[in-house]
Amino acid sequence: MLADGALAPAILGVRHHGPGSAKAVRAELERLKPDIVLIEGPPEADAIVALAADPDMEPPVALLAHVPGEPSKAAFWPFAVFSPEWQAITYALGAGAEVRFCDLPAAHSLALNGETHAEAEAGHRDPIGELAQAAGYDDPERWWDDVVEHSGEGGTLEVVAEAMAAVRAGHRAAGTEAVREAAMRRALRKAVKDGFSTVAVVCGAWHVPALSDLPPAAEDDRLLRGLPKVKVDMTWVPWTHGRLAAHSGYGAGVVSPGWYDHLFSAADRPVERWLAAAAGVLREEGLPVSSAHVIESVRLAESLAVLRGRPLPGLSEVTEAARAVLCEGDEMPVRLIQRRMVVGERLGGVPASTPMVPLQRHLRDEQRRLRLKPDANARDHDLDLRKPLDLDRSRLLHRLNMIGVPWGTTRQARGKGTFKESWTLEWRPEFDVSLIEAATWGITVEAAAGARAGEFAAGEDTSLADLTALVERCLLADLTGALPGVLQAIKDKAALDGQMAHLMAALPALVRAQRYGDVRGSAGLAAITGSLLVRICAGLPSALTGLDDDASRQMVALIDGVHTAVGLLDDERPSGTGPQDRDLWQATLASLAGRTGLPGMIEGRIVRILFDSGSGMDVADVDARMARAMSLGNPPDRAAAWMEGFLSGGGLLLVHDARLLATVDGWLTGLSAEAFVDVLPLLRRTFSTFAPPERRMIGDRVRSGAPGRDAQAASADVDDEQAAPAVRTVLEILGRA
Amino acid sequence: MTTVLRPHAEDQYADELAILAKDDDRPRPPGWRLSPWAVTVYLLGDGDQITPKYVGPRRIVEVAVATLATDRALLLLGVPGTAKTWLSEHLAAAISGDSTLLVQGTAGTAEEAIRYGWNYARLLAEGPSRDALTPSPVMRAMSEGRLARVEELTRMPSDVQDALITVLSEKTLPIPELNEEVQAAKGFNVIATANDRDRGVNDLSSALRRRFNTVVLPVPASAEEEVEIVSRRVAQLGRSLELPDTPAGMEEIRRVVTVFRELRAGVTADGRTKIKSPSGTLSTAEAISVVTSGIALAAHFGDGVLRPADIAGGILGAVVQDPVSDRVVWQEYLEAVVRDRDDWRDFYRACRDAG
Repeated sequence: MLADGALAPAILGVRHHGPGSAKAVRAELERLKPDIVLIEGPPEADAIVALAADPDMEPPVALLAHVPGEPSKAAFWPFAVFSPEWQAITYALGAGAEVRFCDLPAAHSLALNGETHAEAEAGHRDPIGELAQAAGYDDPERWWDDVVEHSGEGGTLEVVAEAMAAVRAGHRAAGTEAVREAAMRRALRKAVKDGFSTVAVVCGAWHVPALSDLPPAAEDDRLLRGLPKVKVDMTWVPWTHGRLAAHSGYGAGVVSPGWYDHLFSAADRPVERWLAAAAGVLREEGLPVSSAHVIESVRLAESLAVLRGRPLPGLSEVTEAARAVLCEGDEMPVRLIQRRMVVGERLGGVPASTPMVPLQRHLRDEQRRLRLKPDANARDHDLDLRKPLDLDRSRLLHRLNMIGVPWGTTRQARGKGTFKESWTLEWRPEFDVSLIEAATWGITVEAAAGARAGEFAAGEDTSLADLTALVERCLLADLTGALPGVLQAIKDKAALDGQMAHLMAALPALVRAQRYGDVRGSAGLAAITGSLLVRICAGLPSALTGLDDDASRQMVALIDGVHTAVGLLDDERPSGTGPQDRDLWQATLASLAGRTGLPGMIEGRIVRILFDSGSGMDVADVDARMARAMSLGNPPDRAAAWMEGFLSGGGLLLVHDARLLATVDGWLTGLSAEAFVDVLPLLRRTFSTFAPPERRMIGDRVRSGAPGRDAQAASADVDDEQAAPAVRTVLEILGRA
Repeated sequence: MTTVLRPHAEDQYADELAILAKDDDRPRPPGWRLSPWAVTVYLLGDGDQITPKYVGPRRIVEVAVATLATDRALLLLGVPGTAKTWLSEHLAAAISGDSTLLVQGTAGTAEEAIRYGWNYARLLAEGPSRDALTPSPVMRAMSEGRLARVEELTRMPSDVQDALITVLSEKTLPIPELNEEVQAAKGFNVIATANDRDRGVNDLSSALRRRFNTVVLPVPASAEEEVEIVSRRVAQLGRSLELPDTPAGMEEIRRVVTVFRELRAGVTADGRTKIKSPSGTLSTAEAISVVTSGIALAAHFGDGVLRPADIAGGILGAVVQDPVSDRVVWQEYLEAVVRDRDDWRDFYRACRDAG
């Protein structure tokens, strides 16, 4: 069946992502000079394989096959620079030979199991493990490393092929494996028929025997007939070393991509170079490492290898040597070397001409415009939102978060300014899949994020709190187009939601958004917060009955939240539609305080709020209420809860708020001896929740003199003239000067 | 039978060393009695005639032996009771056939212990000469090409430690008084041990530090491993102390190891209950001595069977090092953990009685 003068095809069995295999394949191809190279991989990629020669293509990269519209169906074929397949591709492209992929088309494999590639490989057997066992090794990786990866001599490929034939003797391929090998054979036959004289095949060592002698074509055709099929798009995506370790998709998981990369790319003396580089990493971190250390660690690695009977020091020997000599037995620097070098986080790149969905392309443009380069290492960025460039960056990151591409995560910003945002940026290869998935929402990042927000808001089971959080996110991402839809959804939800807690939880976020949004021009928010507050004020009284302790505590937190939020509301908006928001809230609380039957903790808290706000309640009033609440007629539990509510916020407030302390002190000293003994347990209960230093400070404060007089004296003694400059500065900061 | 309380490793295991030396056809570094490979077999055992001396990760022994083979000095670091001295003794026994060239580091160790001293009678009578010189173990090891052992290196004053620098880098010991020097014969090396629990007592200068390869000895990784170590050592000790034959109940050994591991880790074996850790280290070595003394108690005062009551006192003594704070820790552990274990009831009662 061979054409005249053609040689038998050369089948090069490799270990995927093995540096020794890669070297051997490259050398073998240079010797054979084939005019076509068949590579294990999806044939759909034939059209885009030429991109591998583009100078902008930088491994690790992966071929991505995905089914449009079904983002869960995707498969990757990753390649690092030390992958034999990658070396075969670059050799062939450089030498002008044709490259074809010969595996089962992704259209079939994705239709067959929609899963990634990994499960399909090698059935349940571990051929390399069996060979290693035969050679007396307990770790198959190490055996392969010793025999193939570290030697890299010519001829090992044949030896491996022969050994594999022995292991596979009697094995009958079944299932996906049989189909895949049939597809490989078919591609091989086609290449021979197309008249290529020298054919080379690069495939997993396991498949070599299946390709070495070809059964009749009809048998394979029968296997390949009638396979299910889906439409598949194919592209290159950047990949990372970390992913290579985790999702290699070939069963030959690479735990040490950085080490393999080093083995492949180091010109000579890999151990010396590796340990010198490790010393460099440690020096960068300020650890003193001398050349003498490196010399001794190389010697240790070599004598360890001799002791263990290995031809050359491997990763475990250099790691031990680094631990004992460079790191002086300390684990921390060893981990540093592990992270920086053994895995060696690195992100590949693909050229601009790679097929992409519009959304990916848009993001690429944006990244270039905003000078944010994707990087696999986590990197921190501090953005100053007053600068247009940083503001745009922040918006881009917020929008990406909205469409499920969490490239950046916000960190707690240092310093207090609201114009600062701190991000940690870390690009992960699967983001490309998320982008392809998000492509259905729009062709630009902004459009996609807006559509996503709208879709989320329209969801049936989105809660009110989620929606208000969404408003904030929309504002941060500057999605003004999406805002009206979200606000409408809030309005609808709020009208139907009978749960007072939900409404109260929603208000603070909305108020924050309103304050922030005024700068960014979001009309309509004020109306919504207003109507929400009215609903809360109307519903609150009835929501306060029949609450147990835990529920009361939650309610106190909610009331506090609403109270703070109301305080932030801008009172300068035109009145006339009704009472001012703040007055309305104040009035509601005042009416509540007068009611009987409120849970003790809530009543205490409300009295305190009214007391603090300075309106509606004076010292005498509070005094009377406190006496009433703590009197014998109340069950002790309620009295204690009342005190807890009243003093919530910790003992420090008592220390620093002289007026409050004076009130409590006044009530306490006014008690008769019997009454004091009666309330003592309740007070103890409340005060015991304070930290001991707080209690001591309260005691000191009380002992140092009557606190009430102090406070009044202090307020009367302000020297206006001396205070004037400070007041002026504060006004200036507030912009009201 | 020998009358020595504790024979040296090279005497106690002379037959094993002989077996290994007979079959060992691998290349031996100059001055070594065995090949590095045979030394690792001696330490880790071969499951047949050679008993394991060190139970723990294989890589530790391999790195230690490879270090000595590269003529670098070896520093064994670890918390007390992790077999540092044990390992160094057996390494010296297997490599040089002599584990007696020992310098014990204390705050009072003088430079003479590392370099040399003088026999003052002869010095006065004959003037300075080689005969008037009394060599230190290190000096003897150098001239004979053997391994010298330095125990508790960080306990020595820093200036004494630094006397080792020339020895380790130049492999020579100058004797300026005689205008002579002792050059190390092939096979000389130093094994030092140091305790990293009291790190900072007399920290090694970085000049000295970088002449050592450091191996950190871990505490046993699993309870099974520790039970194995304890029962093996208890059996050996019982033999050499000529205690009456007492079946060292695996049950009780397991219990001691469990108590020690739990208190050391600050959490119970099932990971569900947090407990406080006492101030002591609770090393494997202490577990061994608790069980050994328990056996002695059972043999001489009990019915010859190791019972909870025999080990309760020992455990209490090991755990409660600080009479105030550790006692609280122990009481809490007893009440919160031991009491709830159904099959530990007799042990609980014994501990209550003991303290």
